Amino acid sequence: MPATSYREALRAAHREALQRDARVFVMGEDVGRYGGSYAVTKGLLEEFGEARVRDTPLSELGFVGAGIGAAMGGMRPIVEVMTVNFSLLALDAIVNTAAALRHMSGGQFGVPVVIRMATGAGRQLAAQHSHSLEVWYAHVPGLKVLAPATLADARGMLWPALQDPDPVLIFEHAQLYNLEGDLPDPAPVVDISRAAVRRAGDDVTIVTYGGSLPRALAAAGTLAEQGIAAEVIDLRVLRPLDMATVLASVRKTHRVLVVDEGWRTGSLAGEVMARVAEEAFYDLDAPPARVCSEEVPIPYAKHMEEAALPLPPKIVAAARALRQSA
Amino acid sequence: MIEFRLPSLGSDMDDGTLVEWRVRPGDVVKKGQVVAVVDTTKAAIDVECWDEGVVHLLLAEPGTRLPVGAPLAILRAPGETVADADRAWAAARALKAAGPTTAAEAQRAAQAVVPPAPAMPPPAPGATVPPARPASTPAPSPARTPAVPPAAGATPAAAGASPTPRPRISPLARRVAREHHLDPARIPAPRGVVQLEDVQAALRAGLAASPAVGPAVAATPAGPTAGPAAGPVAPPTPAQRARAMRQTIAAAMARSKREIPHYYLSEEIEFAQAAQWLAARNAGLPPAQRLLPAALLLKAVALSLRRYPEFNGFWREGAFVAGSGVHVGVAVSLREGGLVAPALHDADRLDIATLTRSLLDLVKRTRAGALRSSELADPTITVTNLGDQGVASVFGVIYPPQVALVGFGRIAPRPWVDEAGRLVAAPLLTATLAADHRASDGHRGALLLAAIRAALQEPESLGAPWQDAPARPQE
Repeated sequence: MPATSYREALRAAHREALQRDARVFVMGEDVGRYGGSYAVTKGLLEEFGEARVRDTPLSELGFVGAGIGAAMGGMRPIVEVMTVNFSLLALDAIVNTAAALRHMSGGQFGVPVVIRMATGAGRQLAAQHSHSLEVWYAHVPGLKVLAPATLADARGMLWPALQDPDPVLIFEHAQLYNLEGDLPDPAPVVDISRAAVRRAGDDVTIVTYGGSLPRALAAAGTLAEQGIAAEVIDLRVLRPLDMATVLASVRKTHRVLVVDEGWRTGSLAGEVMARVAEEAFYDLDAPPARVCSEEVPIPYAKHMEEAALPLPPKIVAAARALRQSA
Repeated sequence: MIEFRLPSLGSDMDDGTLVEWRVRPGDVVKKGQVVAVVDTTKAAIDVECWDEGVVHLLLAEPGTRLPVGAPLAILRAPGETVADADRAWAAARALKAAGPTTAAEAQRAAQAVVPPAPAMPPPAPGATVPPARPASTPAPSPARTPAVPPAAGATPAAAGASPTPRPRISPLARRVAREHHLDPARIPAPRGVVQLEDVQAALRAGLAASPAVGPAVAATPAGPTAGPAAGPVAPPTPAQRARAMRQTIAAAMARSKREIPHYYLSEEIEFAQAAQWLAARNAGLPPAQRLLPAALLLKAVALSLRRYPEFNGFWREGAFVAGSGVHVGVAVSLREGGLVAPALHDADRLDIATLTRSLLDLVKRTRAGALRSSELADPTITVTNLGDQGVASVFGVIYPPQVALVGFGRIAPRPWVDEAGRLVAAPLLTATLAADHRASDGHRGALLLAAIRAALQEPESLGAPWQDAPARPQE
């Protein structure tokens, strides 16, 4: 099995899409000549030409709008917004146009656009460049929101996302780009509807997504040494949530801990906990728990940034507290 | 001093055999708590005590056959000391030995030896009462935390005591405890909250097993239960039970046909609206949580009975007596043969999700023989649903002293003429009413069936809004 990286898997996914479907093209800041600010699209301009890999001006609202228009016109654009932080400038286009047009047009117009964004903190990019705002988009009906956290998902989620007749947002945690591992060739086909159990266990269910998956798995390893068998669930799809997988696990372990890099208040973790309480209340042996980012703008100084994020020691402590007490 | 007597176990039962005690002297008893298991020909019934107090003496020995109304135990009333209860009991027994004079005299004499209760207003229904604190220490009850009964919403001032904390029990532990007929409040909680492992530890320690009837708390002359319990009595064999069950049913049904002038009505109900509503509600739900059509039918009946209360109650001594609530008896067939129809209490107040859960729980416990006395004594009407057996309609036999029985057949597509006059295939259900003509007339019976039909055309009106908040399971 060839060794590869999350970044290379994404690139291979783009290449496959560009080859298989003539309607697909990539657009965004620095995706062409520069090869992408995270090097995902490196080499694609040379391979596919300027019509298929398009550098855009520095205007998120403008080029996301253009991508939406292209999708409505019959294309299947992959719009790269450099990070979720800059997507705020295009929020109106995404929420009020892409998400709503099928509904508002009574089904006459769909917007089959894929919008990819880097997300998350951990590289000392400070308050304005470290957001995890996936939950804002997961709140909006009309959008599908994906969070690939493994090489297989980075490789496999793009194609079904492009085939979806409605807008799909793909969040790539910036710290995952360098993630290395093996990927079979040909790559496995994946769905964009279900969560995945990444590690099985009986004592506590840890639910997470995106950049927090490696943290949760690391914590599970530590917990196993301490005699606690954690089951780790990777949500993969943030909207619509696959609660069936989560609830089946909670019914087995009776304890749930959600790890979410978003801030605690109004987090996606809160939504998962509410659904667990609504639908598996009588299977819970302890209150649902969460580990999120601290309620501060993400700091610049490295030790402070680390203190703000839901890193493995905090996850281990929270899981132990769940096991031991009320 | 409170005498706890064997309550009614259903109108066709006159006696039962005490199988085991679930409490010991010194235990606090809360309203509705199961205190003993009594065997009848139909099943082993969990007997509930509707008084609050502390167990003073257990009077009956396991293995004894007792008539309904026989005194089973003595409880100390709130505020009563051990010594007072002893005196009261001694006096009461002396009176019984002397023979009854008049009920009033006997009552006065018994009250004379009970010291006046401390100036404390009688507890409001459901109020918390602290256990009596006698001067002499009784045999210690097993150490447990929390050792106080839960507050039930009464103001602390009214109960004359500081409010007691609600016991902390995880939802899972509460559910598992209930499944094993353990009172969660009796389970030791070393960490301050009862969790699954505490319930499991309690089960292993045999907390649910028959407690030995301990020595009387204070020296009581010729205490009738000074000896240890004989332990749980072997239940009847399946063949004995089956024979006894048939005899009981035979007696009840013969009495019904002998005494009750039945009239019968039937109504075809179009079920498409209800079926669609159910399908929408159940979409995306795992099978264990799906709502049952039977719950919709029961709710429709319960709500309709609120409008036509003459079908919800009993015929006693020549007159109709309305039921205290709508407690729908659900006819459940038993695998070994026979039929029991225990009550779903207050079915008119439950949302459909709770009704589904309660129904499934009731059927499960009925088939496992784990019913409570109030479930047998309280049904105000019976509903029988033979649709699953595939029969089109069922005209039942009223279960005396009830005055009505609603039957439902299978839901199946049949020819139907819609409002536009077209012949269509629609899911239909035949509902029937068997009613006591002493208590009601056909005109009213027709209105009742019409109300049930109308309710099922608007299923949203039957229950809670789309997202049910998880309701507390029925205590």
